[in-house]
Amino acid sequence: MFDLTGKTALVTGASGGIGGAIARALHAQGAAVALSGTRREALEAVAAELGGRTAVLPCSLEDAEATAALPGQVEAALGSLDILVNNAGLTRDTLALRMKDEDWAKVLEVNLTAAFRLSRAALKGMMKRRWGRIIGITSIVGVTGNPGQANYAASKAGMIGMSKSLAAEVASRGITVNCVAPGFIETAMTDKLDEKQHEKLLAAVPAGRLGTPADVAAACVYLAAEEAAYVTGQTLHVNGGMAMV
Amino acid sequence: MSDVAERVKKIVVEHLGVDEAKVTDDAKFIDDLGADSLDTVELVMAFEEEFGCEIPDDVAEKITTVKDAIDFIQDAS
Repeated sequence: MFDLTGKTALVTGASGGIGGAIARALHAQGAAVALSGTRREALEAVAAELGGRTAVLPCSLEDAEATAALPGQVEAALGSLDILVNNAGLTRDTLALRMKDEDWAKVLEVNLTAAFRLSRAALKGMMKRRWGRIIGITSIVGVTGNPGQANYAASKAGMIGMSKSLAAEVASRGITVNCVAPGFIETAMTDKLDEKQHEKLLAAVPAGRLGTPADVAAACVYLAAEEAAYVTGQTLHVNGGMAMV
Repeated sequence: MSDVAERVKKIVVEHLGVDEAKVTDDAKFIDDLGADSLDTVELVMAFEEEFGCEIPDDVAEKITTVKDAIDFIQDAS
């Protein structure tokens, strides 16, 4: 099940906790994986850990031209681009009343607009090959909202709407477009919380634990696989039951 | 029939899976040959590849018949 041998993937934000786990999981299923992000050394460390079947392609997603060119670079380096995982994202949290235009614009640009540019560029080859997978890493807050995250939640909700539209456009060409929506996941971000905050978080999660990057990666493996060919335009929530939508 | 016309028609026949006889100069991709809007985008991509040219989006939108495609490519080359 879920064999990805012979497929090639691009994971953005691959030096982060969740992105790294996605890259590892796709690679473990046999895919060749292009790792993108802004920190070359961190990307190279992931590549070294994985061994062969990788390419390191640093890219700033705030640079429109570089972003549009990235899928072509993957095709040049690995021969194809079959699976695009739009994982890169950033936050600029603050209450809306204090949110500056640039906080809003930057989050939308990197989390949503870059994902669109990458998808558009990747779709060309996928359409020709009549096979493709686009997976957007969105967030539970894109569905529920969250105080202090008007920009982030908007970008993640936007990703869901974009994915549904793309899914409808290209379904007839063997391409699926889906989202994975993590809840609270153990990452550098949640490590910063104190015990009290931690307890409060857990009280909202029926599973009684935070999710792991591997939990998110497993959902991506499923959606990337041949077995998920009939699943498109969906959002798979990986949140331990904290929101059932 | 010119070489360009022959190659364009061959691409249309292969891509849309239609009978060669239906691919006349005046045949409209969508109305006469059963293409959908995504097919027309793919046809333009296929023409670009076959002829090594770039068809700008504003031109691509106006290519609605087989003849439109042949004329543009002939003018471009």
